[in-house]
Amino acid sequence: MPVESLFPRLEPLLPSVGKPIQYVGGELNATNKDWDAAEVRWALMYPDAYEVGLPNQGVQILYEVLNERDWILAERTYAVFADMEKVMRDNDIPQFTVDAHRPVRAFDLMGISFSTELGYTNFLTAIDLAGMPLHAVDRGDDDPIVIAGGHSAFNPEPIADFIDAAVLGDGEEIVLAISAVVREWKAEGRPGGRDEVLLRLAKSGGVYVPKFYDVTYLPDGRIQRVVPNRPGVPWRIAKHTLMDLDAWPYPKNPLVPLAETVHERFSVEIFRGCTRGCRFCQAGMITRPVRERSIEGIGAMVQNGLDKTGFEEVGLLSLSSADHTEIGEVAKQLGDRYEGSNTSLSLPSTRVDAFNITLANEFSRNGRRSGLTFAPEGGSDRLRKVINKMVSEDDIIATVAAAYSHGWRQVKLYFMCGLPTETDDDVMQIGELAKRIIQTGREVSGRHDIRCTVSIGGFVPKPHTPFQWASQLDHETTDARLQKLRDAVRADKKYGKAIGFRYHDGKPGTIEGLLSRGDRRVGRVIEAVWRDGGRFDGWSEHFSYDRWAGKAEEALADEPVDLDWYTVREREYAEVLPWDHLDAGLDRDWLWEDWQDAIDPDGALEVEDCRWTPCFDCGVCPQMDTEIQIGPTGKNLLPLTVV
Amino acid sequence: MTTLQGTPNPEAPNPQLPIVQKLRIRYAKRGRLRFTSHRDFARAFERAVRRAGIPIAFSSGFTPHPKISYANASPTGAASEAEYLEIGMTRACDADEVRGLLDSALPPGLDIVDVVVAKPGALADRLQGSAWQIALPGVAVDHARSAVDGFLAADEVLIERMMKRGLRTLDCRAAVLRLVARSDDASAGPCAILDVVVRHDTPSIRPDDVLAGLRSSGGLELEQTPIATRLAQGPLDTDEGTVGDPLAFDRDAP
Repeated sequence: MPVESLFPRLEPLLPSVGKPIQYVGGELNATNKDWDAAEVRWALMYPDAYEVGLPNQGVQILYEVLNERDWILAERTYAVFADMEKVMRDNDIPQFTVDAHRPVRAFDLMGISFSTELGYTNFLTAIDLAGMPLHAVDRGDDDPIVIAGGHSAFNPEPIADFIDAAVLGDGEEIVLAISAVVREWKAEGRPGGRDEVLLRLAKSGGVYVPKFYDVTYLPDGRIQRVVPNRPGVPWRIAKHTLMDLDAWPYPKNPLVPLAETVHERFSVEIFRGCTRGCRFCQAGMITRPVRERSIEGIGAMVQNGLDKTGFEEVGLLSLSSADHTEIGEVAKQLGDRYEGSNTSLSLPSTRVDAFNITLANEFSRNGRRSGLTFAPEGGSDRLRKVINKMVSEDDIIATVAAAYSHGWRQVKLYFMCGLPTETDDDVMQIGELAKRIIQTGREVSGRHDIRCTVSIGGFVPKPHTPFQWASQLDHETTDARLQKLRDAVRADKKYGKAIGFRYHDGKPGTIEGLLSRGDRRVGRVIEAVWRDGGRFDGWSEHFSYDRWAGKAEEALADEPVDLDWYTVREREYAEVLPWDHLDAGLDRDWLWEDWQDAIDPDGALEVEDCRWTPCFDCGVCPQMDTEIQIGPTGKNLLPLTVV
Repeated sequence: MTTLQGTPNPEAPNPQLPIVQKLRIRYAKRGRLRFTSHRDFARAFERAVRRAGIPIAFSSGFTPHPKISYANASPTGAASEAEYLEIGMTRACDADEVRGLLDSALPPGLDIVDVVVAKPGALADRLQGSAWQIALPGVAVDHARSAVDGFLAADEVLIERMMKRGLRTLDCRAAVLRLVARSDDASAGPCAILDVVVRHDTPSIRPDDVLAGLRSSGGLELEQTPIATRLAQGPLDTDEGTVGDPLAFDRDAP
């Protein structure tokens, strides 16, 4: 049955909304396929505004991987702003894709990539605008199967009522496997309806279908058990790990938007995973092991991406890009290759060491000198041991000294507040460190105009990390500590003016904490907030703490739990955590021991990186049948063919 | 419109190649891509230049930027057959070849219509007026004509427009040299078409301003969203109320 484009109805309305180009599509390298020729159709959503969602690598990769199959069609949809939502509701225009402006409800599958929990309300807006029932149990055979992915899907329990399924880990292979199951089920004439296809997916062991699991609670509110309620459904659901990144050089045809977006560059993922072992870092824990793309693979992707997009900046992405075994050669050879072409290279995530200054110099050869950002995360040596961020104050000073002596005038430092065992003094140390940095900078550069910006975020404990049991610091204490720090820095006559200070209040962190470590009961809070108008919670101008706190109180009134219970409460070893049945490969006992090592009263014990020390049994490789894939390969960038 | 500087500063960081040729380019914004803002178009054009491998000149300095200067961009949401820009080249190229390369590097809907090698004289000086066509779906032509008569009979039609420094009152009548209503024979339902020629004043009078003026002076009532298309920009013949080709001089000069 042909599905008509909604664009003719949308077009006359576009002049009345802000930034209409975001709803128009027409990006370079976008794919428009014949609806009727496809057997399986996906609507892929990033649950934030187009300008944030379009550059997302995950969506772009899956969009391309799916569309490469002639029997699959994939289109994209994003969160619409409030003005557009109103126009759509007033004119009965459902949630649409930007590719061919087809109604989302007409698709077989809807895949949503959750990088952050703060996209949950936007997701509800989209399914509601699509005309689908909010609750998965109310959906019929004509509704798409709604599948969550992305890092937040490692604990999808708060949105368990609204999704049909969740997938953990790398999406490239599992989206094809899911497509094959749906294709077969449709070809058979959809036997057993919606439940049957979900059951087939659940039985595979790689797709979590929340409604096939019953959760029971103890009188005090803790979870008693999570049990499959259908035969053949596995007790635990495993994450997916893509091996051999060189075999998956995506995106091959990167999308180039007409609208301005948050990342105006071509990005190459130079490796996936991280084993630095920072205890707060969910990304580092759930994406193990490290799998590098080779220097040749990187070179080919950079050239292809620049040719196809015309971007003038290339970002080398990963969780800690300077850790690539051949990053020095990659930087030097790319620098040589693009010298004089007005193409700039950037390395978004770097750790604190002097080697990065060498890299930064290599990357700024074309003259574009972006700022340098380092993330010591903790203010004192003691606290950095607790979080296993193995960098000493002297390392930090040496690194920034190198930066200032090489001509950088501004350095940005990122810290967290509210880490386990943290005291006022640990946070005040951030100020002392900043002063020492300016002092050293003035000495080595001989100049007085150098600056350093201290950027501080509130720590939110995340599932599948050693800190998953930790108490989250309440936002009142967080704000008080940061106020004290800011006052102390501002009062300093000698250095105060050279130190910039950026932090957001702690309230959004409390709600992020609720959504990160919440269970299925939190779904009621999300729904109540959304019904009350909650949208774009990741945007400070739209976020309302009072709405979230108020709705949490109302929605959980009949339960023995509340907002504090989910956030500031420390958990015990024996407590069943809402995500314990979701397997990121990490051995629970190893996580617990690492947690105990962090808070050891005699001082925290540090864990090395398994890339250059023996395995310390986090459990991922044997559990997931994976292995570390790193260089050096000793190879070089392939010479470019003459254009 | 700023003019392109031909000689880079040799003292600046990242010295760049000098400009040896300037090309003047006419482009169109069509269909759904009329919703691109001027900034959106500028980014898309710069990327197209890079993809097409056009030897464009760059400014020197810490953040080199390509030498492109834009003239009188049409408002977001208006279609256009006649937008103009000028680029500086580090190597002399064939204008037709550049047209083909750029057009295929741009998404369909952003189309390169014409490229000529610049001759002396500023392009901006030749962009004296615009010819617009404004489609008014749902509006009967008789209604539109009576609004036009009311508008043209007035010596001054004051409208309000939100400017950077707040709400401002301006006259939208003086800049209008020609205004005619006719019916759109191709349209299924009633649809009036306005043909408008405006002189480029400061601030420039845009199609929305003319419609606001028709509402206040002629009682025009709109049924649906109007669609404005700029058909031409160029030298004005004020007697005839017509707009000429601003690139004719570049094309025809020896």
